[in-house]
Amino acid sequence: MKQKVRPMETFMGAMFFACGIIAIAFVLFISLYLIVSGLPAIWEIGIVDFLFGTKWASTAAEPKFGILPFILTSIYGTCGAILIGVPIGFMTSVYLAKIASPKMASIVRPAVDLLAGIPSVVYGLIGMMVLVPAVREAFNLPDGASLFCAIIVLAIMILPSIISVSETALKAVPHEYEEASLALGATQIETIFKVSAPAASSGIAAAVVLGIGRAIGEAMAIMMVAGNVANMPSLFSSVRFLTTAVASEMAYASGLQRQALYSIALVLFVFIMIINVALNTLLKKKED
Amino acid sequence: MPTIIEAKNLDLWYGQKQALKKINLEIPERQITALIGPSGCGKSTFLRTIDRMNDLVPGVRVEGQMLYAGEDVYSPSVDVTWLRRKIGMVFQKANPFPMSIYDNIAYGPRIHGTRKKSELDEIVEKSLRGAALWDEVKDRLKKSAMGLSGGQQQRLCIARALAVQPDVLLMDESTSALDPGSTMRIEELMRELKKDYTVVIVTHNMQQAARISDRTAFFLLGEMVEVGPTDKIFSTPEDKRTEDYISGRFG
Repeated sequence: MKQKVRPMETFMGAMFFACGIIAIAFVLFISLYLIVSGLPAIWEIGIVDFLFGTKWASTAAEPKFGILPFILTSIYGTCGAILIGVPIGFMTSVYLAKIASPKMASIVRPAVDLLAGIPSVVYGLIGMMVLVPAVREAFNLPDGASLFCAIIVLAIMILPSIISVSETALKAVPHEYEEASLALGATQIETIFKVSAPAASSGIAAAVVLGIGRAIGEAMAIMMVAGNVANMPSLFSSVRFLTTAVASEMAYASGLQRQALYSIALVLFVFIMIINVALNTLLKKKED
Repeated sequence: MPTIIEAKNLDLWYGQKQALKKINLEIPERQITALIGPSGCGKSTFLRTIDRMNDLVPGVRVEGQMLYAGEDVYSPSVDVTWLRRKIGMVFQKANPFPMSIYDNIAYGPRIHGTRKKSELDEIVEKSLRGAALWDEVKDRLKKSAMGLSGGQQQRLCIARALAVQPDVLLMDESTSALDPGSTMRIEELMRELKKDYTVVIVTHNMQQAARISDRTAFFLLGEMVEVGPTDKIFSTPEDKRTEDYISGRFG
């Protein structure tokens, strides 16, 4: 029998292919655009002065374009958020995956999902109205807006992704491992920490990396609670992140200042790329 | 032989469904007792009641007594971690942890507080020798246990159970997923083990029960129909249902 020509099949195939290509096209376009528009300022300022300069004064008579304060703020802020968010997120995922009764889990899990759905400007707003004044009172500061507040807000914002990815990893641990541990006389907690968590370690690591990615890319919420001043970071001073540096000056920047902002975006982009590669490597390792 | 485990009027329910009905069974020390019967007859449930692994099943309820060394394992004063240490279990599917061979064996002793490397080394070697695995793995103790063959993995699980120095070893169809060669090695091992341990096996394989056990208990529909010396159960059973089962009329 002669093979039938099905034009609809061919057409739909081409459509799906085109949709797939769109994603790649955007990634390529953004990468190229950032590289092309980010490199000139780095070239003009000098890569060492740009990356390791400690002073950012973009509108001064004699402008300085050192972004080390932003880089360090982003790194410290992210590390701080991870330090607080990962233990809490991990414990929550253990609770949901292993300990909670089905009824409790059905209350906690939607709450966690809801946390993921709250827009970042709302986090920023509540941080501004509640957290910043509280920190000012508690630590007797002239201004509560600080790296510390940003870390707290970021820690909460990364919780949902850490919780849901680690919970999935913990649930995927074969029940036989846990049974074997319990049958040897281990308690439930010993079993979770010595068998389940190690067996889920690559998934938990992926959760941490995902959290890092979210934290380093966040702009709006932390702009509202961190004070947004280009200081070298310390815990209780106002600081500016890589993301917020771009966001806060772009509206009025021109000339070299504007180009330097593109360069900051490029640096941020490189960070995110490194994190994504790390995440993919971890996930691949998990599949093996 | 003195009795080490004794069920007295033991009932067990999973939710509304009664899985064990008034079981009375004595298990003598340092012998192999085989529990046989068709699927769903309660033999595995009974085995898991001895070391309270059934506690993990939601909605399980036990009445009557399960005595280990004269003490009811369901009495509130019994520490279940102690119980499971004294009564080891080997499962149907070999379930080594995704760790090295050494860490698999050392897991139990570490949990129970042994920290010294020299002591752990000694336990690991002794347990692996006890499970007839030492010669095959002594050069790769630090390698992952997942790289062993199915039969080796199952012997590793036996070694892991021995490492916490139990009195009793429960084996839940522990050879059903293995090839005949591996099965034979584990049966030989069971004969060795009964010199030092009480062994209780659940098996689907009547020939296996006939080959290696000293006593056999026949379960049917949640009841323990008949128990006795293995030769007697397989040659002149008293109950008609036992006779039908061992002659292959059902099951």
